[in-house]
Amino acid sequence: MLSKTEIAQRIAQELQDGWYVNLGIGIPTLVANYIPEGIEVEFQSENGILGMGPFPFDGEEDADLINAGKQTITALPGAVYFDSATSFAMIRGQHVQLTVLGAMEVSETGDIANWKIPGRMVKGMGGAMDLVASAENIVVAMMHTNKKGESKLLKSCSLPLTGVGCVKKIVTNLAVLEVIPGKGFQLLERAPGVSVEEIQKATAGTLIVEGEIPEMKL
Amino acid sequence: MNKVVENVEEACKDITSGVTIMLGGFGLCGIPENAIAELVKKSITDLTCISNNAGVDDFGLGLLLQKHQIKKMISSYVGENDEFERQMLSGELEVDLIPQGSLAERCRAGGAGIPAFFTPAGYGTEVAEGKEVREFNGKPHILESALTADFAIVKAWKGDTAGNLIYKATAKNFNPMMAMAGKITIAEVEELVPAGELNPNEIHTPGIFVQRIFQGETYEKRIEQRTVRTK
Repeated sequence: MLSKTEIAQRIAQELQDGWYVNLGIGIPTLVANYIPEGIEVEFQSENGILGMGPFPFDGEEDADLINAGKQTITALPGAVYFDSATSFAMIRGQHVQLTVLGAMEVSETGDIANWKIPGRMVKGMGGAMDLVASAENIVVAMMHTNKKGESKLLKSCSLPLTGVGCVKKIVTNLAVLEVIPGKGFQLLERAPGVSVEEIQKATAGTLIVEGEIPEMKL
Repeated sequence: MNKVVENVEEACKDITSGVTIMLGGFGLCGIPENAIAELVKKSITDLTCISNNAGVDDFGLGLLLQKHQIKKMISSYVGENDEFERQMLSGELEVDLIPQGSLAERCRAGGAGIPAFFTPAGYGTEVAEGKEVREFNGKPHILESALTADFAIVKAWKGDTAGNLIYKATAKNFNPMMAMAGKITIAEVEELVPAGELNPNEIHTPGIFVQRIFQGETYEKRIEQRTVRTK
């Protein structure tokens, strides 16, 4: 079973040279720590920076320089700041090659729910709806089951949707899966030490298992 | 043209109960601190506030929420504010949550004279309820309308007496679009200089969008999520 850090590590393997990448809050943020050697990517944060660097050293924080999670950050050489309309022009206009975000539920048709639990949690969608509606390449980073042990990979989402038919790939603590429209979740890789049966048990939606499923390498 | 007003009281003098106000900022970054403090002091109520976030419990728009001065919030993300969540779930506060990119573009459209536009964001979700859907290039989009406000209050780093503005780093965020969409736009700046001192090549918001400008007395610039690494 993967830790949250290892989920981020596995997603980092998806990065390709020359990509602009938007990382959501939580596990996705950790992806920036595992950029494969020899490739260059630039991180966009939708509040208005391209070329986002690591957290600042103690005492060097700047209240005017934050990421979309409102954390203090730094800017790398070549970074640029822009307004929110320009930021979402980059996203909507598909100039960002990869979006990584968290989810509360994903359906086997690629629907995603991550912004609201009716009557209980109302934080708002922030930029998530714009991101999932436009990105060509969306990877969801999440735990396979919720705190109650219920599957987060469903036939159809029960929570209010963030986007429809948009998720392509999912990396969980148990597996890497691809959404095959009209078919279900195709199992691509197993987490080290996790069996296909365990993944099957934790997946409420249709799981497609074809041939030998390799163990993921970190 | 001289847009300078004496102070924050003068800048906010005709803001009354019941008006619609846009406020720049993302989280607590780039918010008009001085004007918010003045609105709290004025004790006006029934405000409709258009702002990406609602501050935290004891800073930013949270200060107005605590005194029940806001009737309706139009935002994209309102986490990190317990009082907001309480007022929203109990029905005391009317809330319109809209995708962040749509919020930015709706403000931009409002200032640019574009009444509405189509966007894919929110299609198939509750955001799309009651909105026209049209397909472009084989993909469904929803119709979103422009937003304007009686007052737009923005915060810039530097400004000149003609109302030209320069923002710093990610404190730019919603400020430039909101500056365009206010019937009366009030800019508070950290440093106010005579016209001619800012490099025209580096100005972000042209003074034509700004009606009043003043230098804020103090800036706390509170950090919401102080995150550092060790050397």
